[in-house]
Amino acid sequence: MSITIALAGNPNCGKTTLFNDLTGSNQYTGNWPGVTVEKKEGRYKRDKNIAIMDLPGIYSLSPYTPEEIVSRDYLLNGGADVVVNIVDATNLERNLYLTTQILDLGMPVVIALNMMDLVEKNGDKIDVSRLSQELGCPIVEISALKSRNVDTVITEAVEAAGSKSTPSCALRFTDDVEAALGEVFQVVSNKVEPARARWYSIKLFEGEQMTIDALNLNAEELAQISSIRECVETEEDDDAESIITNERYDIITNICGDCIKKSPKGLTTTQKIDRVVTNRILGIPIFIVIMTLVYFISVTTVGTIATDWVNDGLFGDGWLYTNTEAYETAVEDYEAVVEDYEAQGLDVEAMGIEEPDPADFGLWHPGLPVVMGEWLTLIDCAPWLQSLIIDGIIAGVGAVIGFIPQLIILFLLLGFLEGCGYMARVAFIMDRIFRRFGLSGKSFIPMLIASGCGVPAVMATKTIENEKDRRMTVMTTTMIPCGAKLPIIALVFGALAGNFYEGTWWVAPLFYFLGLAAIIISCIMLKKLKAFAGDAAPFIMELPSYHLPTVKNVLLSMWERVKAYAVKAGTIIFLSSIVIWFLLNFGVYEDQFGLLDTEMDDYIQYSIMAGLGNILAWIFAPLGFGNWEATVTSITGLVAKENVVATVGIITSLGEIGEDDPSIWLAFANMMGGTSVAIMAFCAFNLLCAPCFAAMGAIRNQMRSAKWTWAAIGYMCVFAWVVALMIYQLGGLITGEVAFNFWTIIAFILLAAMLFQLFRPMPKYNKDENRKAQARINAEANAA
Amino acid sequence: MEEKTLRDLKVGESAKVVKLTGEGALKRRIMDMGITRGTEVHVHKVAPLGDPIEVTVRGFELSLRKDEAEHVLVA
Repeated sequence: MSITIALAGNPNCGKTTLFNDLTGSNQYTGNWPGVTVEKKEGRYKRDKNIAIMDLPGIYSLSPYTPEEIVSRDYLLNGGADVVVNIVDATNLERNLYLTTQILDLGMPVVIALNMMDLVEKNGDKIDVSRLSQELGCPIVEISALKSRNVDTVITEAVEAAGSKSTPSCALRFTDDVEAALGEVFQVVSNKVEPARARWYSIKLFEGEQMTIDALNLNAEELAQISSIRECVETEEDDDAESIITNERYDIITNICGDCIKKSPKGLTTTQKIDRVVTNRILGIPIFIVIMTLVYFISVTTVGTIATDWVNDGLFGDGWLYTNTEAYETAVEDYEAVVEDYEAQGLDVEAMGIEEPDPADFGLWHPGLPVVMGEWLTLIDCAPWLQSLIIDGIIAGVGAVIGFIPQLIILFLLLGFLEGCGYMARVAFIMDRIFRRFGLSGKSFIPMLIASGCGVPAVMATKTIENEKDRRMTVMTTTMIPCGAKLPIIALVFGALAGNFYEGTWWVAPLFYFLGLAAIIISCIMLKKLKAFAGDAAPFIMELPSYHLPTVKNVLLSMWERVKAYAVKAGTIIFLSSIVIWFLLNFGVYEDQFGLLDTEMDDYIQYSIMAGLGNILAWIFAPLGFGNWEATVTSITGLVAKENVVATVGIITSLGEIGEDDPSIWLAFANMMGGTSVAIMAFCAFNLLCAPCFAAMGAIRNQMRSAKWTWAAIGYMCVFAWVVALMIYQLGGLITGEVAFNFWTIIAFILLAAMLFQLFRPMPKYNKDENRKAQARINAEANAA
Repeated sequence: MEEKTLRDLKVGESAKVVKLTGEGALKRRIMDMGITRGTEVHVHKVAPLGDPIEVTVRGFELSLRKDEAEHVLVA
């Protein structure tokens, strides 16, 4: 017999940990309310006939958030045979509030009392048998983290499902309310199944529109129910929904008074930590220090070492393990000799001077391109296929994979901060700032991750409950320069200042601030559009207790994010590398279409890509870089930002070259026509416009709507174009590099429009009456 | 006389909830988190930038904005 068990419980009560335990699967959990938004299904690892459904964490079965609706629809539609309600024993009162609602559903319930080990450690006592008696359902004491008793939960659940024993719950509200519920039930007794009677009576008494719609009540029935409700509401001087909530908590307070013996104690450990960490004065400095440390470790020190190992070794020439100093001296000598000969106009190769071979100096292992190249030559592979594999695929995919070590370190650190509970504090500290432009503190986390990679950043927006906030965060979060955009910044800075950016440490932060400014401006403007207008979403958030995250969990959170990035490298970047290679290497030369000779100077101007660039160049003409070279670079950037520097290298015939090489700065400056404002405009456009294909895919996943996906991508591109236009036209006017022209006027008009949208007061839209108020009005009309 | 709300409490002060104003999702959310009539709330701290506040209610820490705290009448 197959059985479906639903796991329900508050956010952060250990539900996903239990799910992983039971199913042997590896969903990651965070000490951060709201990690599970969609329901996930798994099979019990000891008996594959038992399906286990992990529902999103919820505080209540009210229909106000997507998680609550997903969970209650699933339970009401009979998807599960039994509910396992996970209750955090250290936080009994609030957890039991959901329990009282689940018990009303009239289906078998087993309570898994989690974190009992912590309760014992705190010195508190819970009278479990009494609690079980009062709630009328079996209770199993477990510790999900230590896998204690978890199989007993399943045994109990299977038994409950088999006997179909509904909770014999004796919890009752005050007499007046119970009488009213009885009257409501009389009205609809023929429409609901007996087991669900209590649930429906309560929901109709509360006047919940969702239930009214589901039951298809007629006007007369509605009128009867409204009069019952109004009678109690007048007496209690409160609305029906609040009356029920109060009643529930009153019952819980009584039960807890009977069943828990709390040991007297001072501040909890969490309160002690928070006294320092979210301290009024120390809070922000500590936050800045932690974030700087995360960056210092993942981007500049450990991360760079690891990334260099991958880029220079695996996807470069190879590794030299021993005697590296001697080799480096030899290379320096060789370069000096070559320079010397070139200065004298001599042919280096003819002089019989050879580049030193690292294999002669010590333990040497060649990199992937070298090995592949030798192998392909050995099997007599056609030169074009060799070029496709080495220059196209390995170079393209390698550029993406090169970031993985950095990301692993970044996501390990963020996973730790998330797991221990600090991220919730970050939202607490940052909320004030983010609310000013219409978001909440929760939007900070995706933006932080975006500085590593936009793909996991967009995925991280899941934890934002409010749909408008979530969409707005998805639309703006990729404006933060991600790891792949840093080489563009380095290139542009080199071209402008003739100085590599690592020597001028403040340049990279400057672009982060520009990204932040773009986000703030975008949010303020978007917030005033009808689609985003409305009251600020509530920011009522639990601050979970601190605990050391398990190693497994930190690794899982890192793996899930890195995987998303690696999949991008394996699929989208793989395909796009092939397409770009084709567009760059094929073309019409001397009236003949075919593979171009890449040894030829400027071969790229004959390629299909150049043609494409010429067709689209007009779009960028007002931005100061309307030639095919810059256009092609921007197009390849749209596929993956990693491509930008590589494309500049190919177009300027410099070949494989780093963004820190002075020769590419000069070539790039020439390509841009030499004006600094055009270079700035190019940089602004490429940093702010739609992110890479992979991030667009992630946006599509999060938005769950083609309309919103295109709105997001469209907005980013238009915004980037407008900003670049203003930089080129207005900036150029100031520096005298651009004369006053038609586009200057357009730039001024757009600037004025932007300022207007930024500073005008919030427009008034006819606020949609909330459903409940509407229901009341309907009910009153019916009654009249 | 202006009624006292959770917003008016200073850090370190405690009070009992008398009533909740407002309606719909916000009110329901505040109540779902356990801030109901008769509950004891303790203002634990204010965020470094002055908003939101952190309160202890029913034995756990809850963060809410001052604008939201204004809907909770206390005595």
